[in-house]
Amino acid sequence: MNGFIDIVDTYWKAYLWTDGYKLSGLVITLWLLAISVFLGFILSIPLSVARVSKNKWVSKPVWFYTYIFRGTPLYVQLLLIYSGLYSLDVVRNVDVLNSFFKEGMNCTILAFALNTCAYTTEIFAGAIKATPYGEIEAARAYGMTKFTAYRRIILPSALRRALPAYSNEVIFMLHSTPIAFSATVPDLLKVARDANAATYRSFEAFGLAALIYLCITFSLVWVFRRAERRWLAYLQPRRAK
Amino acid sequence: MFLYGYGPLLWAGTKLTIVLALFSMLVAFLIGLLGAGAKLSNNPVLRWGSTAYTTIIRGIPDLVLMLLLFYSGQIWLNHLTEWMHVAQINIDPFTAGVITIGFIYGAYFTETFRGAFLSVPKGQLEAGFAYGMSHWQVFHRVLFPQMMRFALPGIGNNWQVLLKSTALVSIIGLADVVKLSSDAGKATFHMFFFTLMAGVIYLLLTTLSNVILMKLEQKYSVGVRGADL
Repeated sequence: MNGFIDIVDTYWKAYLWTDGYKLSGLVITLWLLAISVFLGFILSIPLSVARVSKNKWVSKPVWFYTYIFRGTPLYVQLLLIYSGLYSLDVVRNVDVLNSFFKEGMNCTILAFALNTCAYTTEIFAGAIKATPYGEIEAARAYGMTKFTAYRRIILPSALRRALPAYSNEVIFMLHSTPIAFSATVPDLLKVARDANAATYRSFEAFGLAALIYLCITFSLVWVFRRAERRWLAYLQPRRAK
Repeated sequence: MFLYGYGPLLWAGTKLTIVLALFSMLVAFLIGLLGAGAKLSNNPVLRWGSTAYTTIIRGIPDLVLMLLLFYSGQIWLNHLTEWMHVAQINIDPFTAGVITIGFIYGAYFTETFRGAFLSVPKGQLEAGFAYGMSHWQVFHRVLFPQMMRFALPGIGNNWQVLLKSTALVSIIGLADVVKLSSDAGKATFHMFFFTLMAGVIYLLLTTLSNVILMKLEQKYSVGVRGADL
């Protein structure tokens, strides 16, 4: 127990927001999660519409993208982008690419966003496919164009129904953020590793990080439960009076 | 030269990854069965214990748990052996990997099996008991085969996630396919190519698992009528 208090005493700032020079720990982890989930979400909406397209030339490339990204570990994807791409002459000789891929943070966000976008695309595509036929028929009967039908009817309905699966994906993404340390991003796990290396108190150093992750997970679960209660109220069983 | 002469090394790494994944899967499967039994039992201590186990484990990233168990596990074991006055036991990284991955994914399997056990109609178990079967007979003749049908999609998902999470064992020092391919990349200055190879190997493994899981699902769905659309 004393060890625990020692670690908290010395490192609490580093675990939460700063190591004295730059941001570290919890804020970096939350930033990584927020930016990659945001980018993945924005990208996945057009991609999921393309994924359910009847035109094979549109849907197959998207299928191929999600298949590759869902079939390989995120850790390997990050290694490929961070250490792999930067070893290529093509990347090093072009200034823009060179300065982008030199930064571990950029590579991590790129890898995370591409990865979560692949999973999210499949989740949304599944929800779009499961839209009740009558809803689309009604939209057509009102004379809506395809775009208007997607904007007013299909997407709002599909995104709501995708919420439970989507919340799982966000939590999985949170659980993937610790691998960012391998691209030298000072996230929560990196701080824990530094604390472990400096004090040899492995259980306390990693245990504290684990506790913080546990709190983030529980908060996310709570937020999504509220969101489901609000946006999926019409699918909930009616409460007895 | 194909793979710059690193073919055998990559193959060794692939074998290690496969064996590690299979052993971890076995451990997770057994923990899952026991955990589901505990979660559904009438004993409140077992129920609370297993609920705490699944909630905590599934709330913490697997890499954090892996490092936590890997670094502290040996220390705890040393305390235990000291207390029992026996010689120190050193855990090798492979065993540590199997135990930690099995322990983590055991929590996911517990939830899968719990749902599947609950999906088997209760009347079937009652019918079994009415025939005079013992608890064990009802379990392995009635409950288990039907439970597997409901659990199979979940098991498949868990397996794919587990397989991909084995890539993390390279961080605790195991010479798996990721570690060996990045070593080869560093030695030959073809980092991109060799990391890509590791990705391709994983893609082959997940594709192969998909095929096998589809076959298994067919086998366990014998006698189930699907909706004819």
